[in-house]
Amino acid sequence: MSYLEHAVKSTPTGFRKVLYLNWPLVLLLISVASAGFLMLYSVAGGSFMPWAEPQMERFGLGLAVMFIVAFVPIWFWRNMALLAYLGTVVLLILVEFMGTVGMGAQRWIDLGFMRLQPSELMKITLVMLLAAYYDWLPEHKTSRPFWVLLPVLIILFPTFLVLKQPDLGTSILLLAAGGGLMFLAGVHWAYFAAVIAAGVGLVTAVFKSRGTDWQLLKDYQFKRIDTFLDPSTDPLGAGYHITQSKIALGSGGWSGRGFMQGTQSRLNFLPEKHTDFIFTTLAEEFGFVGGISLLALYALILIFCMVTALATKDRFSSLVTLGIALNFFLFFAVNMSMVMGLAPVVGVPLPMVSYGGSAMLVLMAAFGIVQSAHIHRPR
Amino acid sequence: MRRNPKELGRLQKRFTRRALFVGGLQAVFMGGLAMRMRYLQVEQADQFRLLAEENRINIRLIPPKRGEIFDRNGKIIGQNTPSYRIVIVREDAGDVDAVIANLSKLIPLQEEELERARTEMRRSAPFLPVTLADQVTWEDISKVAINAPALPGITPEVGLTRHYPRYEDFAHVVGYVGPVSDYDLSKMEDPEPVLMIPRFQIGKVGLEAKKEDLLRGKAGAKRVEVNATGRIMRELDRREGQAGADLQLTVDADLQQYVQARLSGESAAAVVIDVETGDLRAICSAPSFDPNLFVRGISVADYRALIEDKYRPLSNKSVQGTYPPGSTFKMITAMAALEAGIVGPNDTVYCPGFLKVGSRRFHCWKRGGHGHMDLENSLKQSCDVYYYDLALKVGIDRISEMARTFGLGIRHDLPMSAVAEGLAPNQDWKSRVHGQDWLVGDTANASIGQGYMLASPLQLAVMSARIATGRSVTPRLVKSINGVEQPSGAGEDLPVNRNNLQQVQKAMFAVSNDRRGTAYRSRIIEDLYRMAGKTGTSQVRNITAAERAAGVIRNEDLPWERRDHALFVCFAPFDKPKYAVSVVVEHGGGGSKAAAPVARDIMLQALYGGTPPLEAYPVADRERIKEQQKRLEGDHRPRARPDEKDRA
Repeated sequence: MSYLEHAVKSTPTGFRKVLYLNWPLVLLLISVASAGFLMLYSVAGGSFMPWAEPQMERFGLGLAVMFIVAFVPIWFWRNMALLAYLGTVVLLILVEFMGTVGMGAQRWIDLGFMRLQPSELMKITLVMLLAAYYDWLPEHKTSRPFWVLLPVLIILFPTFLVLKQPDLGTSILLLAAGGGLMFLAGVHWAYFAAVIAAGVGLVTAVFKSRGTDWQLLKDYQFKRIDTFLDPSTDPLGAGYHITQSKIALGSGGWSGRGFMQGTQSRLNFLPEKHTDFIFTTLAEEFGFVGGISLLALYALILIFCMVTALATKDRFSSLVTLGIALNFFLFFAVNMSMVMGLAPVVGVPLPMVSYGGSAMLVLMAAFGIVQSAHIHRPR
Repeated sequence: MRRNPKELGRLQKRFTRRALFVGGLQAVFMGGLAMRMRYLQVEQADQFRLLAEENRINIRLIPPKRGEIFDRNGKIIGQNTPSYRIVIVREDAGDVDAVIANLSKLIPLQEEELERARTEMRRSAPFLPVTLADQVTWEDISKVAINAPALPGITPEVGLTRHYPRYEDFAHVVGYVGPVSDYDLSKMEDPEPVLMIPRFQIGKVGLEAKKEDLLRGKAGAKRVEVNATGRIMRELDRREGQAGADLQLTVDADLQQYVQARLSGESAAAVVIDVETGDLRAICSAPSFDPNLFVRGISVADYRALIEDKYRPLSNKSVQGTYPPGSTFKMITAMAALEAGIVGPNDTVYCPGFLKVGSRRFHCWKRGGHGHMDLENSLKQSCDVYYYDLALKVGIDRISEMARTFGLGIRHDLPMSAVAEGLAPNQDWKSRVHGQDWLVGDTANASIGQGYMLASPLQLAVMSARIATGRSVTPRLVKSINGVEQPSGAGEDLPVNRNNLQQVQKAMFAVSNDRRGTAYRSRIIEDLYRMAGKTGTSQVRNITAAERAAGVIRNEDLPWERRDHALFVCFAPFDKPKYAVSVVVEHGGGGSKAAAPVARDIMLQALYGGTPPLEAYPVADRERIKEQQKRLEGDHRPRARPDEKDRA
C-alpha cells in the first residue's frame, strides 16, 4: 500500500478537517497578532488608524488564507513546491526591472490591492522546495557532494537576487533558513563544519589584513563595517536607532510604563516604531513582563511546530514544518537581537506584530502549510 | 518517493536528533534574549529611565523683562514695548515662495531679512517659526491679519522690544540695545544661556551696556516635553525669571530735550550739572541719532550716512570728546598761582600784546595788548600774557596738580561709553610719554589751556561746579536703582583757600556782568539768577609769524574744520550757585559769540525749570530770543541742520 493510498484513506475530509486543525497554534497566532494590534493602536497615539485597523483586516485575510491552505492536502503543496519556487524566482527577477522603489530598495511589486514582496514569499517557497527535494532524494545520496551542491545552488540563487535589491536582512535569513533545512534533512555535519570554518577564516583574514600591505578591503569599507558592528561610534547617525531603542526598552523596567504611557515611542524618539522597532514600544509600555510574555508565545509556537513535525511520519511534512518554524524563529530572533543592541540594524520586522502586509500574509500561508501537514498527517 | 521501512526509520531517527539539536540551539538563543532583556529592563532600568527623561524633557528659557530707564521726574526714556513681527511656519505654508510673494504685495519686506529667513528655513525644522519681518507697524499687522486666509503659515507674533521714546535726545547717554552677536559672545568668558535666545537684546553702547548686569534681569525657565524633532508637546512647569532693575537717571528729560534742540545745527556738546549734588541734569552731544534705528538693525545706508557725517553724530562729545580748554582753563592757572602765594589778586602784570620767552614770542589774543592787568581784569578780558607770566612763576607741576583738584585730567566714573580722562600734563608726563623734557614754552601754552591740555565738556562742567562750591563735586548719572537712592556726588571741601576761590569767582562774575567782560552780551539780568562764567576759544591750528604779521585770518574765512573751538563755562545763581554749565561748540569760532549765548540760554532754562521770561534777558536780545523760543518750543524732530554755508 502506497503511502498515498494510506494517507487518503486515513485523513479527515470535508468539514471534519476543521476539528483536526491544530487549534492551540491558531489561538497562539491570534494572541501574538493581538499584541501587535495593541501596540499599533498605542504608537498611533490611541487610534486604530493608520496602522491597527489595516493590520486587523490583513490578519483576517491571513486567517482565511491559512484555513484555505490548511484544507488543501499537504501532498498538493509538495507537488507544487518546484513550481512555487520557480514562480518566486521569476517574481524576484521581475522586481529588478519593474519593482517599485520603496525604503531605498527595490522590493515590491504593486498588485493593485496590495504590494507584494517576493523576498518574503521566497522564504517559504525555498523551504518548500528543499523539503520536497529531500523528501525525494534517496537517503544514501544525501551527503554526496553533487547532491549537496544542488540545494546549495537552490539557496544561493535567490539569496543573490535578494542581496542585489539590496536587502541584507532577508538574504541572511534565506541563507540561514536554507542551511538549517539542509542540516535538518541530515546532510553530513562535516559540510557545515567546513563552511563555518571557512567563514570564520575569511572574516579573520579580512580583519587581519587591515592596515597591512595586502589589505583586502578599502579603508571606507572597513569604516562602514565598523559602524555596522558598533553603531555607538556614530551616535547621531547609525547609532541613533540602537541608542534610542535601548533607552526606550530599558526605561520600561520590570512592569513597564503602562499601556499608552510609553514616552519614547510616542515622542518619535524611536525610528520605525510601527515596523522594525515595535518590540521596543511593547517593552517600554509593558516592561520585562510584557517582553518575556511575547517571547514565551513565540516559544510555544515553535514547540507546537516541533511536536507536529516529530509526530508526522511524512518526511516532507516534517521538514517543511520545521523549516517554517526555523524561519519564524530567525525572524524574531534577529529582530529582537537588533532592538536590544545585540546585532546590527538589518531591517527585519517582528513576525505577526510589526505592521506590514506581505510578511503577515506569507507567514499565515506558511502556517497554513503547517496546519495542512498536521491535518493530513498519516495516521 | 517510496522508501523501505528500514530507511524510513533511519531517516526519522536522524531527523529527530537534528530537530532536537536545532530546537536546543533555539532555546539557548531565546534564553540569551531573555537574559539580555533582564539586563536592560531590570538591572539597568534606572539608568535608562533617566536617559529617557533627558530625552523627553527640555528646558526652555523665558527671557526676562529688561529694566526700564526713567528721567529724574519719572518720564520714560528706555521702555519695553510690544513689538510685532511676522513669522512663517514652513509646514503650514506649503508653497513658501508663493506665500512670501503674496505677503510682499501687502507690506514692505526687506530683501536682506528675507534672505536671512530663507537660510534659516533651510536649516530649521519645518514646524519652527521663522521671522520674515521684525518691528512691523500695527497697520501692517492689521493688513496681514485681515488677509490671513490668503497667507497660509503666516502669523503675526508679539514680543517685547526696546524703544526710546525720546529718540535722539538720549542716544549718547543711554545708548541702545541690539541683538546678541557672535562677537559679543566671543568677548564673554562664560555667556549666560539666556544670551543664546535668538534675537535676545543686550546693551551695546552707553548706559544700556554699562549697566547691562542690572538691566538684564534673570531668565526664567519652563520645562517642556518635546518629541525627537524638538516640537513642544506640552509644558510641564515654569519658573518665572526676575525682571531687570529699573534705573532712574539724574537727567531732566525736558531740559535735555531743550539742550539738544538748542545745540542742533552745530557739532557741539553741553553739560548741565547740579553743583550741590553732582547730578547731571542734561548731558548732550550734537548732532545725535535715533537709537531706535540700531535696535531694529540699522540699514547700511543709514549707517553710512552716520559714519560719513563730518559732525560725527555717533561720537558722544560730552564725555568722550576732549578739547583744549583754552581760556576756560585760566581759573586753574590763577588758583595755582594764588594758592602758591606767588601773586596777590591785586598784583598787576603789564601786557604789551606778547610775552617773550627765550627767543620765542607768546602772543596775547589782542594785538595791541591790554596794558596793566590784575586778576579780575585779566580774567574779564581774557588777557593771555597775565597767565603766561603767572604760569612761568608757579610752574607746570602745581598747575597740573590744581587742574586735578578741580576735576580735569581725571576720569569721572560714569556709566557711559568711552568716558575720557582728558589730560592735565606735567613734567613727569612729558618725559614718560614723549621722552622729552618739559619746556618753558609748554608751560606758557598750558597756562591758557592750549598745548597738551585736554578736557571734556563733562570735566569743564565739573570744574565749574567745584569752583562754584569749593567742594569736590563728582558727577552722578544714576539717581536710583529700583527705587534705591544712589550716593550723592556733593563731595568734601576742596583743599584750597576760600578767599582765593572767592577772588576767582568774583572775576568770573565780572566776565559776564561787567561791561568790558567777554561774555557781557550773554549776561542774565534777573538779579536772582546772576551768572558767573568764562569764555574760551581754543585754536586747532598754528598761526605762523607771517600770518600774524599780515593779520590773523578771521574764523569766518577759514574752512569749518580749521576754525577755533568755542567754549563757555558758567555757574549761577552767583550768590547761591545751583547749576554749572559747560558748552563746547566744535569749530564754532569765538567762545563769547558761539558758546556763551548757548550756555546762558541753557542756564536760564534750567534755573526756571522751563521757558524763562524774556525779562531775564538783556533788552537788546529780547526780540531775537522770542523768535528763538518760538522755534525751539514743542517737538523739534526731525531737527534739520543748516548747511555749512549758512553758518558762515
